[in-house]
Amino acid sequence: MAPSSNQVVPTPLREIAKVVRSKNAGPFEITLDIIFKSREDFDAVKKSGVITKELISELYNVPTQAIITFGFFDLVNAVKITLPRPRAQGAIGETDMHAAQQHVPLQEICVPWPAQ
Amino acid sequence: MAVASNEEIRILTPSGMLGYGFPIKHVKMGLALKPHAITIDSGSTDSGPQKLGLGEMTCSRANYVKDMEVLLEAQQEAKIPLLISSAGGDGSNLHVDVFRDIMVEIAKKRGWRFKLAKIYSDVDKALIKKELKAGRIEPLGPVPQLDPREVDAATVVVAQIGAEPFNKALDESEGVDVVISGRAYDPSPTAAMAIRAGFDPALAWHMGKIMECGALCAEPVGRSVMGWLRRDHFEIEPLNPAERCTTASVAAHTLYEKTHPFLLAGPGGTLDLSECKYEQVSDRRVRVSGSKFIPAKPYTVKLEGAKTAGYRAIFIAGARDPIFIRQIDEILARVVDITRDYYKEIPPETYRIIPHLYGKNGVMGELEPVKAPAHELCIIVEVAAATQAIATAICGKIRTSLMHAPYPGRIATAGNLASPFTPLEIPLGQACEFNVYHLMQVDSPTALFPVQYEEIA
Repeated sequence: MAPSSNQVVPTPLREIAKVVRSKNAGPFEITLDIIFKSREDFDAVKKSGVITKELISELYNVPTQAIITFGFFDLVNAVKITLPRPRAQGAIGETDMHAAQQHVPLQEICVPWPAQ
Repeated sequence: MAVASNEEIRILTPSGMLGYGFPIKHVKMGLALKPHAITIDSGSTDSGPQKLGLGEMTCSRANYVKDMEVLLEAQQEAKIPLLISSAGGDGSNLHVDVFRDIMVEIAKKRGWRFKLAKIYSDVDKALIKKELKAGRIEPLGPVPQLDPREVDAATVVVAQIGAEPFNKALDESEGVDVVISGRAYDPSPTAAMAIRAGFDPALAWHMGKIMECGALCAEPVGRSVMGWLRRDHFEIEPLNPAERCTTASVAAHTLYEKTHPFLLAGPGGTLDLSECKYEQVSDRRVRVSGSKFIPAKPYTVKLEGAKTAGYRAIFIAGARDPIFIRQIDEILARVVDITRDYYKEIPPETYRIIPHLYGKNGVMGELEPVKAPAHELCIIVEVAAATQAIATAICGKIRTSLMHAPYPGRIATAGNLASPFTPLEIPLGQACEFNVYHLMQVDSPTALFPVQYEEIA
């Protein structure tokens, strides 16, 4: 639901978004998708100004200039972020071959949201 | 046999990955819709570099046999082309030949006859080095510049096949029934069929892009999917009646495993989906229009290669003592120092020791924002070295040292680790690493990819 009530509380994206996920985009990149349930939710999160390149840089310990893709894409009501992998996929020291479990810092991002 | 009209071409994709299996009844439902071709991809870099590095396949041979028998039966019944891309996962010449052998076996058993085209995609290393010198190779994404030594180190380098080589295989020789290709851009077989029939390449690539994952574009995600491509749009519908395509599920699919949400680069150009329109034409079917294709000049293909990188061994152990867990980083650092000191005769740069601490940062490693460890840890120590014997020996030394390591405040003096398995040290064999992931300019989209024809009976 889009903001409508008066009481606004910090709410994690895991309670707002339809999909928050991470995956390899080829062996050298990780891509993160936040897909919203509706255009209203997407617009409200975008307008909150919480999700920025700087926040991603901090959460994933990657310099802003190294971020490959960052944006709010209204065609799909989604935020897409693509980062360089810490190491080539499957190389010695790999922790997540498919990069399928790198999304959690995103789902914990809190945005101001109407209380339930 | 269904012939594509000027107005419509229909493509059936039974699954996003050959070898994962698919419900035969949904494929039969697809055949009843009179497709003009069956396309199926079997490629992916996603499960790791060991396929290219060691010549392994994504699925077991038995799984490929099972899926291919169903598909060949469909081909024999419907008399339509069957196009299989990226044989074995990596699409190396070796695996194109494995797929060919499987087909021969099946044909023999079932008494089937068909004409096979094989498209190979291994690239000659001398050619790569020549093009590198000529400045016609550049990194794809956050990848270092290609070093000729890496080309030599790679077990094999493949290039991604575009639509043109598939069309060459279908047109150059009369009556080809089945195509097995080496490493292909996943949408290529579907796009090739549609481009060959004279349809808009932009729609052809976009439909291919969606269908190469099977019914992953449906809700809930499924296996088998059918596409109808017409003059100014295409339509997509899952074959399982329990699944549906929605405008949201189809539009969002292009996010999946892609760098950018609407710019998708492939052999010969980039698909631009920024102006696409998605319409719900029935409860389960979506119509897509407005796709654009921007041809690349010069034409480039993606090169993929992997090398072997020594041998690995691991041990797996649990820890439950909070006094130990609190100090795990310091204790491990001391154990690594002791081990490195013990193996003075082994050059330190020839081996690596990498702890994975589950319950602390095992999943996210250096990206983990949560610093407090859990009440119990799974400790996996990975050792990579020049030989299996050295890797396993170092791994054993670390395990025994960690088991008995003293630490401040220790009251559990019998041992620090809970070991669930034997062997206590597990040899993992050869490690591999992607070392070629670059774009190479080519003068012709077909020149790198030789085609061979064969009558199978």
